[in-house]
Amino acid sequence: MDHVKLSAHNLNLFFGSKQILKNINIDFGENQITSLIGPSGCGKSTLLRCFNRMHDLSADARIEGTIQLNELDVYDKKNPVTQIRKRIGMVFQKPNPLPKSIYENLSYGLNIHQFPKDEIPGLIESALKESYLWDEVKDELKKPAVKLSGGQQQRLCIARTVVLRPEVILMDEPCSALDPISTRKIEELILSLRKDYTIVIVTHNMQQAQRISDKVAFMYLGELIEYDSTENIFKNPRQELTKNYVGGHFG
Amino acid sequence: MNASKREAIDRLLKMVFRATGLVTIGLLGGIFFMLLFNSIAFFAKGNPIDFFTGSQWNPGSDAGNYSILPLLASTGFVALGSMMIAVPLGIFTATFLSELAPDTLRTILKPVIEMLAAIPSVAIGFLGIVLVGPAIARVFGIQNGLNALNGSILLAIMALPTIITISEDAISAVPKTYKEASLALGANKWATLFQVTLPAALPGLIAAVMLGLGRALGETMTVLMATGNAAALPKGFLDSIRTITATIAIEMGEVPYQTTHYFALFAIAVVLFIITLLINLLGEFFANRLRKFHA
Amino acid sequence: MKARLIIFLNWFVLLGSTLLVCAVLGIILVDIFSKGMSSVTWEFISQPPAKGMTQGGILPAIIGTLWLTLITTLFAVPFGVACAIYLNEYAFPSILTNVIRASIRNLAGVPSIIYGLFGLALFVQAFRLGTSVLSAGLTLGLLSLPYIITTTEEALKRIPNSMREATLALGATQFETIKDVVLPSALPGILTGVILTLSRAAGETAPILFTGVAFYINGLTSSVNQEFMALPYHIYMLSTQHQSIEQVRPLAYGTSVVLIAMVFLLNLTAFYIRFKNRTQQ
Repeated sequence: MDHVKLSAHNLNLFFGSKQILKNINIDFGENQITSLIGPSGCGKSTLLRCFNRMHDLSADARIEGTIQLNELDVYDKKNPVTQIRKRIGMVFQKPNPLPKSIYENLSYGLNIHQFPKDEIPGLIESALKESYLWDEVKDELKKPAVKLSGGQQQRLCIARTVVLRPEVILMDEPCSALDPISTRKIEELILSLRKDYTIVIVTHNMQQAQRISDKVAFMYLGELIEYDSTENIFKNPRQELTKNYVGGHFG
Repeated sequence: MNASKREAIDRLLKMVFRATGLVTIGLLGGIFFMLLFNSIAFFAKGNPIDFFTGSQWNPGSDAGNYSILPLLASTGFVALGSMMIAVPLGIFTATFLSELAPDTLRTILKPVIEMLAAIPSVAIGFLGIVLVGPAIARVFGIQNGLNALNGSILLAIMALPTIITISEDAISAVPKTYKEASLALGANKWATLFQVTLPAALPGLIAAVMLGLGRALGETMTVLMATGNAAALPKGFLDSIRTITATIAIEMGEVPYQTTHYFALFAIAVVLFIITLLINLLGEFFANRLRKFHA
Repeated sequence: MKARLIIFLNWFVLLGSTLLVCAVLGIILVDIFSKGMSSVTWEFISQPPAKGMTQGGILPAIIGTLWLTLITTLFAVPFGVACAIYLNEYAFPSILTNVIRASIRNLAGVPSIIYGLFGLALFVQAFRLGTSVLSAGLTLGLLSLPYIITTTEEALKRIPNSMREATLALGATQFETIKDVVLPSALPGILTGVILTLSRAAGETAPILFTGVAFYINGLTSSVNQEFMALPYHIYMLSTQHQSIEQVRPLAYGTSVVLIAMVFLLNLTAFYIRFKNRTQQ
């Protein structure tokens, strides 16, 4: 691996007294797409949410271990969580556009992070182009975002993340609420984003993991079972458990 | 404005919001201690034993009789009377609304209940004087209809929306599976309603009655206007009565500050406060039972 | 035969109760409006009382009630909304939040006359605000708080978490999320609750009895430290305390019409906002 962008070391996560993540150690390479796979409840979404501190607002979540973005300690109290999340963006399972116009969905993040006012329109245009949405919406930027189709909404959510120029984009099953055509478009989009961003994606869909990812991590019951190149995981898994899962025997 | 400044604003406002939450506790505590503090001043000056055992509330007399009993009896009497009217009427209406009424009828009737709740108590008290009072006088052949019966009818009207709304929620919250199980066993609609649905909703119905009762006990204007305000132990529904709330309303405006009479009014208020608090807590206890039961 | 009789009786009791409840509302409205409408003239709502309250209008009482409601709003709405935000957006379940919630529920059950006593002790005497529209408005504000908190919290609960996650994930602080997304989305729900609460507060009499209401004032209330006239208190005094009660009865009816119309107007506004919001979603 060339350069480690994001990593977790000895990561444990508890909800109350229940341990959800068990001693996770993982490195994500820069400009790579890594898929997190595993059966429901294995902790893959929970792990994803550790990287941008989305568990901060859960009453009983407790985290041990470290997460690093380059050399920066993500959980160091000295680092404002707002800045962490600006650098590590997130796209959710269900498209969640803000109840505002298409334009405002993108300008919102730029405004709260005080990007220079005169640069905003240009940044929005290029983010929409990067997200393959510009041609469809350029004439109706004032339209409420909720009027877009599901697939368009999800691309808008990706554009909203991309516009802030994050270093890492976390995606939590971004296609699970979409039809096959929209899914295909989003997959193309994810592949094209790879040159500029480090992407970690949680997916249920093993074909999708094969199509888009450079590396795949298989999780089971809160543990990281195997982490390897996509080819090795699907063709040549070292662990029996991985073999059974990718072979469709359970999950 | 940089990131640390934004986070500082966030932390500051979180503290402000939190403070408002703490103030609500302070408010309930403040009300209680204000009442208690002033009542203690009364018990220090007056005669605590007479307060609970005497039979007269007559602050104007030379001796100064401050017994809560006639007021307490009046309050309880008129409130119980109102429950005798409002409980069956309210629960039957709630049953009709949630189990029998078609959807269109329900969407018309629900605003009717909300409108009834919106009518100011002073307007209902006014009707007690001009409408209910004369009617009672005519029916029973008495001089004037400002008495406990009048107060009970008006309080029933005021408690009805509370009882109907909460009972209806309780009845509709009964899981459909219960009814289906009963119907599948061959019980008819009515047996299911009276033997399965209503018993299952019982804790909620009790909660509804408790909250309605709390409302009736604490209501001031209607009883002040329509019950005749005679501070004596009531013997029947055609007697004039005088509740704790009405006594405070009448006398607090005229009494000089910091006198025994002034403190006596706080003493009867603290009794009312504790009674309504207990009734509400009891209602909450039953409402929680219903929640746990269905969870 | 017996079975059919029972079914008939069941229907009779349940439907009869419902109709009786509706009839009560009908009787109240028909009696007050049929006997009061003729008193409600332009002069009645635009003139002060005249000739020892036996003639003239109720303008000072209308103005007083508006003042009172305004002060109640300014005090109770920010306070109540802030408390609801704390409970729904910030607070983790704990003993403290349970105590806060229990306090709020019990505050809603405290008799209104006791709020009047508390307002007298706190605002009129301890804070030395005297008997004034300010003292009375603050007292009504305290009475309204639990309702505003409860309805606001319900409105906030209806906003899905995915909406909050959207802005948080972009690096917004929690407060920015609340200000920019949660509150605007919850606004119709909050507004409905606030308006319904205010319509109740406007009709309350007991809490203002000792805190600043007056049977008659010369001129109109023009500042917060003056005493004031109010519609509900006006009805009470005209119907029980006036020396020529029969003579002023039409005025009492007319005042009731104005008060009920005002309260219903507020209620209809709230229903309209609720309805419009539901159909939009």
